[in-house]
Amino acid sequence: MKSSALIETKEWLAAQRWLLPILILIGFGLAFAIPEYGLFNKYVQLVMMYVGINIILAASLNLVNGYMGEFSLAHAGFMALGAYTSALLTMKVLPVAEYPGLFPLAVLAGGLVAALFGLIVAVPSFKTRGDYLALITLAFLMIVKSLIENIDVIGGPRGIPGIRKLTTLPWVFFWTVLSLWVIRNFVYSKYGRGVLSIREDEIASELMSVNTRRVKFLAFTLSSFFAGIAGGLFAHLLQFISPRVFDIIKSTDVLIMVYLGGIASLGGSILGATVYTVLLELLRPSTVGALLSWLPDMLFDPLNEYFIRHLGVWRMVIMPLALVLVMIFWPRGIMGLREFRWFVPKRDLDAHQHQHHAERENPHDASHRQ
Amino acid sequence: MTLLTASKVKHYFGGLCAVSEFNLELQAGELMGIIGPNGAGKTTIFNLITGVYRASEGSIQFRGTELVGKTPHQITALRIGRTFQNIRLFRDLSVLDNVRIAHYAQGEYSPLEALLQIGRYQREERRIIDNSRRLLAIFHLEAMAAETAKNLPYGLQRRLEIARALAIGPELLLLDEPAAGMNPNEIDLLMEFIQWIRKEFHLTILLIEHQMKLVMGICERLKVLDFGETIADGTPEQIQNNPKVLEAYLGEGPVG
Amino acid sequence: MSEGIVYWLQQLLNALQLGSIYGLIALGYTMVYGILTMINFAHGDVFMIGAFFCFLAAVYLGLPFAPVLLLTMIGTALLGVAIERLAYKPLRHAPRVSAIITALGVGIFLENFTLALAPYPKHIPALLENTNWNLGGVSVSSLQIIIICLSLGLMFLLDYVVHRTPVGMAMRAISWDKTFVPLMGVPVDLVISVTFAIGAGLAGAAGTMYGLAYPVIDPYMGIMVGWKAFISAVVGGIGNIRGAMIGAFILGGVEIFVAAFLPSTYRDFVAFALLLVLLIVRPYGILGSPRIQKV
Repeated sequence: MKSSALIETKEWLAAQRWLLPILILIGFGLAFAIPEYGLFNKYVQLVMMYVGINIILAASLNLVNGYMGEFSLAHAGFMALGAYTSALLTMKVLPVAEYPGLFPLAVLAGGLVAALFGLIVAVPSFKTRGDYLALITLAFLMIVKSLIENIDVIGGPRGIPGIRKLTTLPWVFFWTVLSLWVIRNFVYSKYGRGVLSIREDEIASELMSVNTRRVKFLAFTLSSFFAGIAGGLFAHLLQFISPRVFDIIKSTDVLIMVYLGGIASLGGSILGATVYTVLLELLRPSTVGALLSWLPDMLFDPLNEYFIRHLGVWRMVIMPLALVLVMIFWPRGIMGLREFRWFVPKRDLDAHQHQHHAERENPHDASHRQ
Repeated sequence: MTLLTASKVKHYFGGLCAVSEFNLELQAGELMGIIGPNGAGKTTIFNLITGVYRASEGSIQFRGTELVGKTPHQITALRIGRTFQNIRLFRDLSVLDNVRIAHYAQGEYSPLEALLQIGRYQREERRIIDNSRRLLAIFHLEAMAAETAKNLPYGLQRRLEIARALAIGPELLLLDEPAAGMNPNEIDLLMEFIQWIRKEFHLTILLIEHQMKLVMGICERLKVLDFGETIADGTPEQIQNNPKVLEAYLGEGPVG
Repeated sequence: MSEGIVYWLQQLLNALQLGSIYGLIALGYTMVYGILTMINFAHGDVFMIGAFFCFLAAVYLGLPFAPVLLLTMIGTALLGVAIERLAYKPLRHAPRVSAIITALGVGIFLENFTLALAPYPKHIPALLENTNWNLGGVSVSSLQIIIICLSLGLMFLLDYVVHRTPVGMAMRAISWDKTFVPLMGVPVDLVISVTFAIGAGLAGAAGTMYGLAYPVIDPYMGIMVGWKAFISAVVGGIGNIRGAMIGAFILGGVEIFVAAFLPSTYRDFVAFALLLVLLIVRPYGILGSPRIQKV
């Protein structure tokens, strides 16, 4: 049967865990080779970098919104903090012109500053949950944005132009793999399981000895740290940042990636970020035009003209509609609560497997013997 | 040896006095029951012991450590485990993870060790898994380790909840209406089961129950609550013949 | 009157005008939250659609003020019911987050759908003759008076409906309990739809009046106004109708007076800082009561 063969192949593939490190190495090689030998054109390279940055954003937001089950709207705010910090460092402090190797330091600093603010947002989460916490994160985002707008030294509402283009494909690849690895390690530790238990039942979680405050601190800090990292990469790719870049729409974009891909799933975040980013790019007039270029001119010309004029807007009509449909049919997202098995530690997979241990004493047998 | 002492514990919800002047001395190894009509404040007492509520007045001590003012996870880490009246499993997580989560306080590694997979992380995770699987095996849940908790039948969910409570390695176990929703046959089995885990895990048990059969059958000592007040205290035989208890349960005699 | 007092009276009037528009929108947020405990993030965009309906009715149908207002309210009410039936109802038993995300999605859809059809900001013609009076130095326009009076009228009407009619009683009953009230024969689906219709209708009225007061409208106008209205609802105690009105006037006042002292870029900052402080100090709002979590 075809379907059972498919399942078998899937099982076989899932068991070939050694492939993952090899694929990562190949990916790394490609990340260097693609820009070096121009394997893809600049535009495709740019999209690849956006995909990477969006994967970092989605995976880190998933920590709070998916694994912990809270609803944070603040991600763009943390991203902004990382972007501004790192951009100011590379422009004013670090001599990146002579030593481009200092760039990761700037990105790291952006992550740390964002993490510091993540600590602040974690504090209200001790007492507040659900909608109210969502509002607190929204207020945080608006306040960060408003503060940046009102500080003239860092450009105010005009933003910072002329940031050096330091973000490269290998760097994006490196940070993406690193963030996924770290988040995955966190999720499959006692702290990560603590995060899950908070989503399920916070009081029961405390009563099972989970230090929920500590766990929340860690989740928010880690989540905002990687949002800051993504912000740093984003700033040095776009080369221009302003408060407007990091508004609620940006947060919403990341939310869509998380919930589209699936909550509490790193595989889902990779899927959501990739699909969303690529789909938005595909719906650009130039791409659609290229795809339809085989049509006879008589058909192509009016269609192409229409797309050039209107597609940019209609794609933002189609995307939210698609999101609503996904939510209705897959309320937890495509890979919600499921994980790509290569990401699950071997130890965890084995532990869930049924093994035949030596028969142990049965509580009921034992009592019957009395 | 006295394991748990509560002296003059009072608790108010707003102006309502839910528990007044609650006193308790629980010896190590004892199996004691708290009974009383609905709304008598029984579960509130469990919540006060485990720190879900902070007692308005009075003191609760476990092995000489003051519990009032501590958070639930601190109290739990002192090795006090509990179950809930209405099952509160981590419903969307696997059976194994339900038990693993309760090992939080015992896992000895720092966040940094976890994030970078260094130091004690691997060893401790291994140990947590081994212990969890051992518990699941004892409770005959091993075959369902990967099952989502909410998919278990009711009886197994109750069993898993006890396994999870034992995963924190308790010396004192608080059982909140373990026989809820069980028929007399199942109650007989449960009684044997409670006796068995008590011996196997060297537990001191405090239980809340409505089912007189269970309470009278296994408890060594009983405390009867009504409207937050302790109205009787003694062996099951003494309680059975106490007129105040009958009054609380059946109401006063016919008065016109 | 001294110049200072005149100035403050003038600001107070502006605050009342802004507050009444916020109030009309805040009622929709608070009603839906009260009945479904759901933040209807698309509500601000329903307000925006209201302004565009007003534009359509005024320009293409050439109608005068009263029918424009009525048509707009009916139009947005139908839109509100459609959103509820198509997008929210299928998710009533799904995880709460799915409903929030869906609401965000509906909002973005409405914004961009409008943008696709109306790429440039529109100008609403003056539907009412505007007379300015000078009362001891304070300039009062007839428009302001109409906006404030009409809004207050609608608010009191709603208050009456909720507290004195069978529909209102059904709404309050459902907001208390969703398990047993349906067993008493209350048609839950219908009541929820009516709630959305009323909330959206009021947002339509707000859109019309906003369009009269600030005649240039665009598809993104609903975002910030919506958030402000939402903050008003939270300030008053979300779920509480009278609270939403009071909250709206407080927020309108705060905004106008902040703008009087600080550069206008601080307006949003202060509004959200107010929200933040309030959520931490008194999350249940001015008129709300704290919910005790049962263990």
